[in-house]
Amino acid sequence: MATDDDQVFRALADPTRRHLLDRLFERDGRTLTELESELAMTRFGVMKHLRLLEEAGLVVTRKAGREKLHYLNPVPIRLLHDRWIDKYRERQVSALATLKSELEETA
Amino acid sequence: MTTMTEQATQVYSLFIRATPEQVWEGITKPEFTKQYFHGTEVDSTFEPGARYLSLAGGEPMADGEILESDPPRMLRHTWRALYDPDTASEPHSRVTWEIEPQEGGVTRLTVTHDQLEAAPKTAASVAGGWSYILSGLKTLLETGKPLASE
Repeated sequence: MATDDDQVFRALADPTRRHLLDRLFERDGRTLTELESELAMTRFGVMKHLRLLEEAGLVVTRKAGREKLHYLNPVPIRLLHDRWIDKYRERQVSALATLKSELEETA
Repeated sequence: MTTMTEQATQVYSLFIRATPEQVWEGITKPEFTKQYFHGTEVDSTFEPGARYLSLAGGEPMADGEILESDPPRMLRHTWRALYDPDTASEPHSRVTWEIEPQEGGVTRLTVTHDQLEAAPKTAASVAGGWSYILSGLKTLLETGKPLASE
């Protein structure tokens, strides 16, 4: 299930899948045929990567008539940011603040 | 960092460890929205045809009209950002909140912001914001506390 951070990290740990996300970032709501045309890869290969992205929650699909449109869902990346990146950035900032006050005290 | 281009349809989805009823309350109660929705308080009866307002210190930040309402599963309303004269002069777009219960006490919330074709400034303005707002809603519902401010 897409609540799992591991799945998002695994989905992002592949250049083809990051490339697909970048293509959707530029223009969202694309069909498999459109995405396939920009990659030197078989249709089957692109489908496999899109399925992994969808399972990780990074891509959401919508039916539009007979077509299936792929949308970039940036929320899982935001959640990783809030869970992992912000936390360590905060510690770094407070370490710098501590260093600053220590240096100023000894000055 | 590059900003997201102006997408006429934007889809945002996440899983929240809460019931559909709790998610509905998180979306429709001002005491919740002010803790994660840029400090704004939602003001509406959430009945079809009713006005949708989002207020900060009594000032309207966004307005719209309720199109469809099916508590606690679906809410659809028009939306126009009033916080910036450039977006306020654009036509209303549409926001759909879909709430689907999953196995294991988890609820999937999907927000679709569409009909942004004639509102490119609004599209660009909200593109980065929804992820932050929904991350804040998830944290609030799961921990009872708002996300630490940026």
